[in-house]
Amino acid sequence: MVTRRELLLGTAGGWLLERVWAGEGAGSAAADTLTALAGKKPLIRRALRPPNFETPLADLAAPFTRNDAFFVRYHLAVIPHVDAAAWRLQVAGASAQHPLSLSLEELRSGFEQVSVVAVNQCAGNRRGLFTPRVPGVQWGNGAMGNARWRGVRLRDVLNRAGMAPEALEVVFDGADSPVLPGTPDYLKSLPVERALDENTLIAFEMNDQPLPHWNGAPARLIVPGWVGSYWVKHLTAIRIEPQAFDGFWMKAAYRVPTGAFPGRRFASQENAETTPVTELMVNSLITSHVSGARLRRGERVELGGKAWDSGAGIEAVEVSADGGQSWRDATLQRDLGRFAWREFRFDLDTSRPGPLNVAVRARSRSGAKQPDKLTPNPSGYHDNIVQTVSLEVA
Amino acid sequence: MRGARRRAAALLTAPALAGASALLWAAAGAEAIQLKDAPGRDLTTGRCIICHSLEYIPSNAPAMNRAGWQKSIQKMKDRFGAPITDEEAKQILDYLDGSYSGKS
Repeated sequence: MVTRRELLLGTAGGWLLERVWAGEGAGSAAADTLTALAGKKPLIRRALRPPNFETPLADLAAPFTRNDAFFVRYHLAVIPHVDAAAWRLQVAGASAQHPLSLSLEELRSGFEQVSVVAVNQCAGNRRGLFTPRVPGVQWGNGAMGNARWRGVRLRDVLNRAGMAPEALEVVFDGADSPVLPGTPDYLKSLPVERALDENTLIAFEMNDQPLPHWNGAPARLIVPGWVGSYWVKHLTAIRIEPQAFDGFWMKAAYRVPTGAFPGRRFASQENAETTPVTELMVNSLITSHVSGARLRRGERVELGGKAWDSGAGIEAVEVSADGGQSWRDATLQRDLGRFAWREFRFDLDTSRPGPLNVAVRARSRSGAKQPDKLTPNPSGYHDNIVQTVSLEVA
Repeated sequence: MRGARRRAAALLTAPALAGASALLWAAAGAEAIQLKDAPGRDLTTGRCIICHSLEYIPSNAPAMNRAGWQKSIQKMKDRFGAPITDEEAKQILDYLDGSYSGKS
């Protein structure tokens, strides 16, 4: 798919930025550098290569995160621009009785098309907010977004490939690859039961547009409720296997201490010490205000933000303006689906001058609540602690 | 997707790739930052930039100390196949620890 020439020139061409614009954007810290990748608006640059770009807070306020504002996350630096007309998806493996090779058109027309609105959130979102600090991409709040994903059900494709009863895991490979031969390619697996979930899709559209290059064109995996690391981009091959996949990105990366977090277990990948990160934790984000904002006494001020979980749906969002002594329910806005985020609003009391520390906590229909304390883990995953913004009424 | 890379790797040795990569970055003006000037900077730049831009180094500094950098370099060598000799690894460690250890 990629010739030597393309690797050296074409891929580098893909890196060239249409424009570079550094400055301070709404909702981003002064130290953040904003840079635009080709086809994207300026995003918070965490790393240029492999590209890791974060969505600024202001762009997380809309119900659907714009495609050109959606975060970008890659592990490996060789990222070909995939020709959708020539692209094929291979579906094979030891537990596939009828291996398939599908063009994009065959995928689109050969299976029922469905869509799901879902949050796509990096497992390491907010890693940069960890105390004490942990190594890794130092994400703030914006390694996430919400979009409508349209495609076909993975299970329909797996069934067409004659998935055998002994199948244990399904392995996914994308077109991106490492620079060096010794670097493990980025492959991820799902347990069969999650692969067969009706909400797990092979998507080719995002917010009613073809997938942007930087978000996985021409087709990517959508695993609603599970962390973004499973949402393999530029999908090229699917393997149905009767044994646990032993690649680096399953066995050594994206893992947390066993038993440290709630959420679905990935039994065939778990050991006594560590287990894969799987489902998102219930969480919330204030998008209307950042710490340091000044409010005018007596003016009507509406706090706004988003709350989400792994698919049970949000039951309530509570707001405290007195350091957590008393909590009142925020008003939940339109329900976009149980895997989507849920917008909330709350009228702040600006009648008294002075500091106003506003905390928000979400509760899932599963009963899970946001905790006050971080659960330490070496790679900095699952930061869903209650956040507070410090405002000033004057 | 490994096939493309294998074909490319068959044509190019790792150091050649590294050189090409660094040259391309320099030519494109796309490398956003330079590392702090101290002994070992050029070696560190040359090895790290094969696979990733340099921002990872200062951005991770607050989470790093000598042991953290040691672990990171070892991971790049052992897990990611970075072409770094033991002697080079020591020089890179001294440089990173001296210039980018921010963890108290």
